[in-house]
Formats: sequence, structure tokens, C-alpha cells
Amino acid sequence: MNTLVDKIMNNNIPVYTDNDPQEELVTLNLGPTHPATHGVFQNVLQMDGERIVSGVSTIGYIHRAFEKIAEHRPFYQITPLTDRLNYCSSPINNMGWHMTVEKLLNIQMPKRVDYLRVIVMELARISDHIICNTIIAQDTGATTTFLYLFQFREHIYEIYEEVCGARLTTNIGRIGGFERDFNEIAFAKINKFLKEFPVALREFESLLNRNRIFIDRTAGVACVTAETALDYSWSGPLLRATGVDYDVRVSDPYSSYQDFDFDVPVGTSGDIYDRYLVRNEEMWQSVRLIEQAMEKLKNEPPHIFHADVPDFYLPPKEQVYNNMEALIYHFKIVMGEIDAPKAEVYHAVEGGNGELGFYLINDGGRTPYRLHFRRPSFINYQMYAPMSKGMLLSDAIINMSSMNIIAGELDA
Amino acid sequence: MSDIKIVDAPAGIEGSGFFATSFDKVIGLARSHSLWPLPFATSCCGIEFMATMGSHYDFGRFGSERLSFSPRQADLLMVMGTIAKKMSPVLKQVYLQMAEPRWVMAVGACASSGGIFDTYSVLQGIDEIIPVDVYVPGCPPRPEAILDGFGKIQELVRNESGRRRHSPEYKDMLASYGIL
Amino acid sequence: MVEETNHDLVTLLSERFGEKIKGVNEPYGLLTFETTKDVIIDVLRFLKEDANAAFNYLTDLTAVHYPEKAAIAVVYHLYNMVGKIRIRVKVFLHENHPDIPTATVLWNGANWMERETYDLFGVKFEGHPDLRRILNMDELNVHPMLKQYPLEDPNRVDKKDEYFGR
Repeated sequence: MNTLVDKIMNNNIPVYTDNDPQEELVTLNLGPTHPATHGVFQNVLQMDGERIVSGVSTIGYIHRAFEKIAEHRPFYQITPLTDRLNYCSSPINNMGWHMTVEKLLNIQMPKRVDYLRVIVMELARISDHIICNTIIAQDTGATTTFLYLFQFREHIYEIYEEVCGARLTTNIGRIGGFERDFNEIAFAKINKFLKEFPVALREFESLLNRNRIFIDRTAGVACVTAETALDYSWSGPLLRATGVDYDVRVSDPYSSYQDFDFDVPVGTSGDIYDRYLVRNEEMWQSVRLIEQAMEKLKNEPPHIFHADVPDFYLPPKEQVYNNMEALIYHFKIVMGEIDAPKAEVYHAVEGGNGELGFYLINDGGRTPYRLHFRRPSFINYQMYAPMSKGMLLSDAIINMSSMNIIAGELDA
Repeated sequence: MSDIKIVDAPAGIEGSGFFATSFDKVIGLARSHSLWPLPFATSCCGIEFMATMGSHYDFGRFGSERLSFSPRQADLLMVMGTIAKKMSPVLKQVYLQMAEPRWVMAVGACASSGGIFDTYSVLQGIDEIIPVDVYVPGCPPRPEAILDGFGKIQELVRNESGRRRHSPEYKDMLASYGIL
Repeated sequence: MVEETNHDLVTLLSERFGEKIKGVNEPYGLLTFETTKDVIIDVLRFLKEDANAAFNYLTDLTAVHYPEKAAIAVVYHLYNMVGKIRIRVKVFLHENHPDIPTATVLWNGANWMERETYDLFGVKFEGHPDLRRILNMDELNVHPMLKQYPLEDPNRVDKKDEYFGR
């Protein structure tokens, strides 16, 4: 005991009693395995009581070197990597990558493929926003919504399974279209989802939108102005909650989004409540988009699920075994001997968290010379520590869940 | 009436007013149905774990409703997702903080072997730093697979001898990981 | 429409910076040009603050290594939200001393993008407030995205080359 007392006295470490208020700051290490952070984020916070004075974020705890791997893989093998970027909405990443390569190769997609892609991408957006919004609710103390709406993620997974066979890391589609046509069960499941999901979403909204506890916890917390958001290169629902109507689907339409009629919801104050509302409204808009796409599909010639580009689109396996020409194409594509232009291309899609960009440099080799992912979570998250200043710790936790930072996308 | 099933009593000698069996069996039975998992979820597999916890698959049916986010109270460390080299000391620290008896389940290809990420920054399987009891393959494994892996853990727990953690083999095994 | 604005932009930039703007081309309609590191911040500031350019959004910042040219290119992607135009600016640096002024003076968002570029490529951004590694461990003594470094961990012992046919 003596040694401890000596140590304290010699180092001038203050000893607190009831009578002298604590004036020193406390260092709090939040993460990287803290349950409230839903992932591997570390923030070392200086706390004055419950209030955060300053913070430092450390990331990279699941750095997997995507960009380095991408330099060693042919184009079609990069799709599984993009799955694992934002794994809450992998189809958007898959198709973003496919569209990047299609842009490089100047492949024009048939309208039906575009509409099928819109359906899958909007389903993915819904599943992404379900995670984020239910987790905001969970962190404010409402567990029910999480258990309730997660059921609909299962329904979306079932649709994915019909289309591609996988649930989460979908690897859906190919460069040049889909690997197979949507079957009747898939369409039936989409129609069922379109019927059931709005009911559940309305119920979810009626639980939270005007819930006093929820509003008290979220409204006016972590307000961000549009100027700051743009200064920090925010994108996606976070930027729209501050009032900037920047949506890649509108400003730079891809996959025939220009054919659709949908609104871009914006907030006013950029606080957590606005982000929640923006995401909710986007789910409604996604439902609208899927409905429109289902309607448009009726006017398209059926059973077209890929572009007619045998140079780049893998032939069906049964033909590879029986048909010489198909075998040659298969060999050429798999061995990476396709003639892609030596060029650089940037293509962006609106991911679940914002602008997901692919900057691809091709030098004519088997693999990309350089592939850079513009990852919205990474760029959005850097404001977390600065904006936490002056915030209560419990608010900072909800702030993190409302930013929907996905570790895979953050660390690449 | 509810259709709740009750597990069978372990083998033993019973008679009027008494039932005798060994400690191993009773403790194993009790432990296997009240494992508290620590979900060490880093990436994609963590989302499938959320689905497993959700109402559809209902992990709670197996006696693991209560997730223990503190390693001190956890029995089972479920490592889900890629463990980068930067993360590995943290994982080891979490393992060391757990009290014996402790079990480890590597969920998914990354935790088991590094998966598709054979890179400079990713640990090629958590068994390089901590001992693993059950590996669940898949990228990510379906919730059914996670439940199956959990069933395997339950089986291990049920049949574990009460002296195992004191045996020299076990201590040697820990020592080979640098854990004393 | 896009070509016309791109053309206007090139004229605007050439008037202001003259010889320093070079290698102008438009792959897939995206205006790309090179400049030098001594004027890069001026170019970016001009693009951001000039009313005719108005590229107020830094989309992305990264680097590319060209070992055969002994160069590292730092690539900026900017976006004009009003005109819905993207632009790409490149600066080629020598790979042995890749120093460039920081863009954090213009955008706070450049902070982590530059840290990532430093971590992966070793590009030193002069004047950056906090230039540390971000994704990799501090102990890592190389910049792994440079082309000379292998993808796999060279210290692996369990992976024998003969099993992989090399």
C-alpha cells in the first residue's frame, strides 16, 4: 500500500474527496470492441463528466487491402471484393463495379437489365436503411423495431437468393448483365414484399416519428450545417439531411434512373432526427422506384437479362462444354485476354451511405492497373471526432449509429 | 399448452427420493444450455449474426439470449469477421480477459483462415493467436450454419470433463499460444 | 453541353495558369489535366472559389504509382454541384521524394484522404495538420500500395510456393 501512496504523492496525482470537485479531464477509450459502437471503431475521448471535450478516432482495425488485391485480380473477380465493402447493401457495390467496367468497355445495356438492376439496387438500399434506422432506435432504447423490421431484411435476402443464390455477400450479376433471368418466384416475392413492407414501415414510423422519447434523444442532436458537410465531403443521406439535394441517381444518372419519377428527400438541420427521416423517406421512394420498375418491365421484351456482348459476357456453362465458340469466349474472358481500352474511368453510384465511386485505371493488362474505391463511410466518418466536441457521451453513441458507418467500407 | 421441450436427465442412478450422477454430466448439461456468447463482430459475418439474433432465427432458443459484451462474464467467444493484424492484440486481450472455462468459435472464412484476404494486413486465421474450438465455414456462413456451429459448441461443452482445464495437455496447448 | 463547358474551363484555366496546365484530355467526358505541385493549391483554390468554375466539392483524393516512369501521381476528383460536372486534376511527383502541399487548407475533408494516401503511397503532404498512418499499423515500415511490394505477407511460412505452381 505504501508504494501506491508514495507513487501518487510523488507524481502529484490528485486525490479526490467529496469536497473538491473533479476538474481534471478523464480519458475514455471507446472501442474498438465496445458494444455500443457496432463495429471496430476506436475513439479516445477526453471527458469532462459526461461531456466530450475532444476526441481522436483510430480506424484501420479491419484494413483488408482491397485496393492492393484488386491490382492482382481480373475484372470479374473483383465483384466479390466489392461485396465486402458495404456488406449491408452489397448489390449496389456489385453493380456499381459492373457499371464502371461497362463504362470502360462502352457497353450499352438493354433497358430491361437496367430496370432489373434498379429493382435489386433499391431493395439493397432498403435493407441498408433498415439496419441504420432500426439501430438508431435500438440505441435510443427501442429494441422492438429492430426485431420487427429485421424480418424484412430476411424477405429481401430471400429475393436475392432467388436471383443469385446468396444472402449477404451476393456477388450478384456479371459484367454485361445478370448471370440468369429472374424467375417467377423472384417476381412473386418482390410483389409480396411490395405489399407487406409498406405496412410494416408505416407501423415503424408510427412507433418512432412522433415518439416523445425518440424525438428528445435525436432532434437537435449533432446538427451539421450544409457548409460544414460539404467541407468534409459528406454525401448520401447524411448530406441530404443537412439540406443539400445531392444524389448521384439524379445528378449523374446511371442504370436508366432518369426514366423514373422519384423524390430526393432533404432535411433542414442535419441532426439525427433529420437523418432518420431522410432515410425513412428514401425507403418509401425506393418502394416507389421498385413499383415503377416492375411496371416498366411489362413493356420490355421478356427474358433479356444481359447485353449482347459475347466478348465480355461469360457464355452459359452448358454451351462452354458443347460449343467451340463459347469455349473460346469463356477461355478468353477467364484468362483475362479481353481487349479493354487503355483508359481511366471514374464512375459513381449512390450507395447506401453516399457516393460510392470507382476510379479504375486500365493499362490493357489482365488486372486493373489501379482501382480506387471512393468509400462514403470513410469520408463521412472523419467528421465524427470533431463533431463530437461538446456532445454528451450518450448522444455521441446515437450519432455514430445514425452515421451508419460500415467497418468494411471504412477500412477497405 | 406450450410445447416447451425439456432436456433429458443425464444417465445416473435413481431411486425413491434421490438421483445420483457425476458432476461432469450435470455441470455440462447446465453450461451447454446457458452459454453467454461474446459477439466479436468485425465485419460481414456480424451482419449474419444480427440476422441470427433476430426474430427469424432466434438464437435465444439455445439458451444464449443474453449476449455478454463484457469478456469477464462470457463463456463463448464468437469471432465473426476479418481480424486484421492491427486488431489481433485486441482479440487476444479479449480472450485473456475471459474466465475459464472458455470456448472460441471462429465464424466465417476470414476468422478461420483469412478467407479471400490473403494480404499483408490480415491475420490468416485467428488460430494463429488463440485456440479455436469450432470453425464455421462460409463467406459469410448462413445463420443455419452459425446455429449448427453453436450446436457443436454445446456438444463440446456437454461432454467436457471437469478436469480438462487442469490437465497438462491443456496447459501445454495454452503455452503454445504464449498464454500462461 | 458537357464538351462546351469543359472547353470553357480549359480556356479559363489556361488564361490563368498558362503553361502550368498540360496534358488536357477528356476520357469518357471527364475533363482531366495535369499540373505541377507548386501551383496545385492555387489551381484547386481557383477551381473552388472562382464563380465560373465552382468546383466546391472534393469528391476524392488518391494516388497512383508508375514505377516505370519513377513517378507517383496524386489525383484529385472535384465536383461542381450546380453544373453537375466532374473534373480530374493530376500532379506527377518523383517517387523518391513525393512531396506536395496539402489540400486541407481548402477542404477539411481532405484530411483523411491525404492520410490514407500517405499511408498507402508515402506521399508527404506538406502542412498537413496530422500526417500519420491511418489504416495500417504504425509499425509497418513500408507504404504497401507501391508496386514493388507484394500483396501477400512475405513472412508467411505456411504457404509454400510449390503448392501454388510458382
